[in-house]
Amino acid sequence: MNEKNKASSSWAIEARGVTKLFGDRHALRGIDLRVSRGEHLVIFGPNGAGKTTLVKILSTLVKPSSGSVWLDGINIRDKPVQIRRKISLVSHQTFLYDDLTVYENLKFYGKMYDVPNLEQQIHEVISWVQLESRINDRVGTLSHGLQQRASIARAVLHNPSILFLDEPEVGLDPHASNMIRDMLGSINAGNRTVVMTTHNLERGLELGDSIVILDRGKIVYQTPRSELSKANFQYIYDRYTEIGK
Amino acid sequence: MNKLFIRILVIFWKDMLTELRTKEVITSVLVFALLVLVIFNFAFGMRADGMEFVAPGILWVALTFGGVLGFNRIFAVEKENSRLEGLMLCPVDRAVIYWGKLAGGFTFMLAVAIVITPIFLALFNLPLFLPKLALIIVLAIIGFAAVGTLFSAVAVNTRARDIMLPILFLPVVVPVVIAAVKATVPVLAGKSWGDILTWLQIMIAFDIIYLVVATLVFEFVLEE
Repeated sequence: MNEKNKASSSWAIEARGVTKLFGDRHALRGIDLRVSRGEHLVIFGPNGAGKTTLVKILSTLVKPSSGSVWLDGINIRDKPVQIRRKISLVSHQTFLYDDLTVYENLKFYGKMYDVPNLEQQIHEVISWVQLESRINDRVGTLSHGLQQRASIARAVLHNPSILFLDEPEVGLDPHASNMIRDMLGSINAGNRTVVMTTHNLERGLELGDSIVILDRGKIVYQTPRSELSKANFQYIYDRYTEIGK
Repeated sequence: MNKLFIRILVIFWKDMLTELRTKEVITSVLVFALLVLVIFNFAFGMRADGMEFVAPGILWVALTFGGVLGFNRIFAVEKENSRLEGLMLCPVDRAVIYWGKLAGGFTFMLAVAIVITPIFLALFNLPLFLPKLALIIVLAIIGFAAVGTLFSAVAVNTRARDIMLPILFLPVVVPVVIAAVKATVPVLAGKSWGDILTWLQIMIAFDIIYLVVATLVFEFVLEE
């Protein structure tokens, strides 16, 4: 293999020159990104910046127009099925079936991921998201906040080493949003790598070890969280995104 | 291989359970197919002469157009709440998703055929026990499900998916529909297996072609 096409296996996520075109419109322009194992990366950006497209490419849902992505040192083009065992995605859409119960949804996804000790694992994650009393209720009867908790249970059921969170708080009321934030804060068990996109600067800063600002398909700002103060982040965000231009 | 089969069954189980609770697909297809039979029954009356030449067309119009309705829902249910992305994130080949959905589509259509065929035979005063017709229906529905599942996945990503599916589906399944109609004529006239063998072979050939091609191209359909 060409040296240029090799990835270092020390990174949980490595993207090189990732570009995505929809027709003649550039959604992403040459994204280079490295995320260490166990790191929490938060991606900020205004609407249309390319955050969701980037997460979809990293999670193998969409193929990049050019460039390469490695997860745990494996090129996602070469072994997508193997990669999907290691990852999971929570978005504002839950991926759950309204007419199945919470338990049936988890059983379905658990079987698809071939999760060992599935019954025990289902009860563990249900307990963690505090949905024991609603486990036999149909998902369609739950509030959006409870559905999102069930969705988080679905996402961690197979114990992924890399978790993508694409604006998981969208559409939630403040109480549900706080609960989800607390869950996401404790999701790091087992040194899990987390990549999260959000509009909420304050929440993002609370959860992130490192920060990226994406604007019009390009990474315009990148820094470790430790080098950033809460007070001046709004100024930096406005300055680096089209809001400030 | 065994794990692939289990995952196909898991998708099939999920679709069956959902359908048993909502009855969205079977009810709409069944009502539509029954309406077609009743309308044609009124139009042609109960004339005994030449009915074996007209009746096959009526049965296959009901099943084919009913199929369009049913296959429209196969992937539409996955589009809601972005469930298709949840399926695509699962560590399985795209072909597993295709075969799981195909198994559901085939079963829904077969259930509709099991209900409407005896009603069709009774309405048109034809013999009720026709094992040859059962085989023709099974072979035709395999072809419908193979094409319908693929094009349902194509149509679901378009804005005009309700219009798109029949436009894509009907021209491609025409060979199977023609073979089914042509095979049904001698069956209703009480002819032997030898008289329908060629049409059965044509249906089997098209079923194999559809299944192989759809399995191979499904990954590109899903990802583009």
